[in-house]
Amino acid sequence: MMENLLSIQNLQVHFKIGGGLFKETKHVKAVDGVNLDIKKGETLGLVGESGCGKSTLGKAILRLTEPTGGQVFYNGKDLAHLSQTQMRDERKNLQMIFQDPYASLNPRMTVGQIIGEPLRTFGLGNGKSTEERVQELMETVGMSPRFIKRYPHEFSGGQRQRIGIARALAVDPEFIVADEPISALDVSIQAQIMNLMERLQAEKNLTYLFISHDLRAIRHVSDRVAVMYLGKIVELADAKEVYREPLMPYTKALISAVPVPDPQIEANRKRIILKGDVPSPINPPVGCNFHTRCPYMIEACKTIEPPLMEIKPNHFAACIRISPEQPHIEQVAPKDAPGLHYLNSVGTQISDEQITQSDKF
Amino acid sequence: MSEINGHILTVNDLKTYFQTEDGVVKAVDGITFDLARGETLGIVGESGSGKSVTNLSIMRLIPEPPGKIVNGDVVFDGIDVRALSIDDVRKIRGKRIAMIFQDPMTSLNPFLKISTQLMEVTQLHLNHTKEQAYKHAIKMLELVGIPDAENRVKSYPHEFSGGMRQRVMIAMALSCEPELLIADEPTTALDVTIQAQILELIKDLKARLGTSVILITHDLGVVAGMTEKIIVMYAGKVFEQSPTKELFSTPANPYTKGLLKSVPDPAHEAGTELYQIPGLPPDVAHLPPGCPFAPRCYRAEEICREQFPPFVEINPNHRSLCHFAEEVYAESVRESNEKKFINKQTEEIKIETNTI
Repeated sequence: MMENLLSIQNLQVHFKIGGGLFKETKHVKAVDGVNLDIKKGETLGLVGESGCGKSTLGKAILRLTEPTGGQVFYNGKDLAHLSQTQMRDERKNLQMIFQDPYASLNPRMTVGQIIGEPLRTFGLGNGKSTEERVQELMETVGMSPRFIKRYPHEFSGGQRQRIGIARALAVDPEFIVADEPISALDVSIQAQIMNLMERLQAEKNLTYLFISHDLRAIRHVSDRVAVMYLGKIVELADAKEVYREPLMPYTKALISAVPVPDPQIEANRKRIILKGDVPSPINPPVGCNFHTRCPYMIEACKTIEPPLMEIKPNHFAACIRISPEQPHIEQVAPKDAPGLHYLNSVGTQISDEQITQSDKF
Repeated sequence: MSEINGHILTVNDLKTYFQTEDGVVKAVDGITFDLARGETLGIVGESGSGKSVTNLSIMRLIPEPPGKIVNGDVVFDGIDVRALSIDDVRKIRGKRIAMIFQDPMTSLNPFLKISTQLMEVTQLHLNHTKEQAYKHAIKMLELVGIPDAENRVKSYPHEFSGGMRQRVMIAMALSCEPELLIADEPTTALDVTIQAQILELIKDLKARLGTSVILITHDLGVVAGMTEKIIVMYAGKVFEQSPTKELFSTPANPYTKGLLKSVPDPAHEAGTELYQIPGLPPDVAHLPPGCPFAPRCYRAEEICREQFPPFVEINPNHRSLCHFAEEVYAESVRESNEKKFINKQTEEIKIETNTI
């Protein structure tokens, strides 16, 4: 059993919107009670559609967005409740790679300054040693050190993403949140960056939270995959397992929607086409978030908020229509909710709060 | 001269160059294809490969200067598009040839209601009265699956989600029942579940209205299920041109092979290294003298760096721009046969994943 590097407990990020003297204040529940353990040395893939809160979750772990509730345990400390100064020290171990390689590099700084900045910030090294370290980092990410005096605009997207990775690596972190690191890149460059990240992980024993909407990429890089929908984790399992046998109707639809580069497979495939769009997180549906689009929805789904249950060993899903005895939703009798029976049998009471899910604010 | 062999569109040796400070950029440098009625062609390439410029050229939407179509014929239903006056082009554009762009937010006017924007098309091209046009707009929104079309037609673009806006774009494009629909990365900005909806919609409309489609994308997965034939572009050149099935099973170009291999395959084990094409796409303003892909190619030899490769005909429908096209093709055939053998053994597993 691998030990946990990070343990995220009931993490919440609610943004206030609107409000005023006579206006009602509303909340966007971008991250709404996420529980997640990240194991040492693994790549945890976090996948979901735009607006599901996956980037906010990544930023909240590093306190780049302030969580409004819950804890993030790292080395016995609760990151969510550290002071800004204490948190700054921790960032030496916790770094981030951003999606947009064009917006995340300061255009007025040279590559050397960009990669060297974290070293100066944390007082690791001076002039000469910093430059040596920067050159070493550039080589590590596959760039020629002779570009050290160049500016970001002189590089292509893939090269810039390498600069971003070198910057994240500069302080020798233990954990990296990679927020859509490849989605702005061309196909042939995506493979290069994924391979680079995997090589670095093996060499430096890094732990990644790899956030992406690209299910093919997630499948390739991840050890475990967490599927997020409207601020909540709805399924969590080994990557192989999630793709081979997804349990949640949402995950099934998501995986069936990915086009496969093989005309023969495509010709015979049956897609699950979901109706409608992701609902607004301002007024998320009551009960199960997904019930408005779910082909297996029953009345109870409209009122009961499903908890994440271990349906199979190490395979978690949040759906009341499946249980360890009945993991296949297609085989469940119409209108039956085996998940509820299971929860009752193990003594988990569905609380009033979960049933009505009345807006707390 | 009416249709040539039942083709709605024939493009012959089209070249579009741009005059820049860096010198002449040959954005599209010789592309030839034809498209039958009801057929779908996929154009695949990375950014800067010239796939969008090809289609802007067909529509005569190249900003001039700095751009210029320097050579080639574009014949649409017997009409020489290059010889038309701008007024005559406008009569075809939007009516007989319609286009959907990648970003539905920037392609819709944020200040105008959806109804106004949809009505404009039919009032202009079909001489609809206001009333007719309004009814038609509602009908079109229903056709593309927008619920409550009668009320939603009065909304502004910002009141729609990305997927809905793309539906509006498609409704607008199809308003005059065009014979040719050009979709430039129509789903790139959308989530996968919405992408599946939109692709399904295009397929469905194509079957119902018999529209020919040119689908431009960087996603090989998208073209696999949608097209009958494919053009692979790189650095402004056509690298490979083939029927879809053949391109995926037996590619005859190292670049195509590399692209296909660098897409993560769900059947592959995680942790195995993904095939990567080394290096970076070339600067189109400063192409090397030989094959533009030679610096990144696994098969490249001296000749590739010195001489521009020939466009080799593998069979009448399949061509590849490579000095070693036949050898690469033979290699693909061999690999494909081996794969078929393995596939037979794992057939059951595949059926299982297909039912997901």
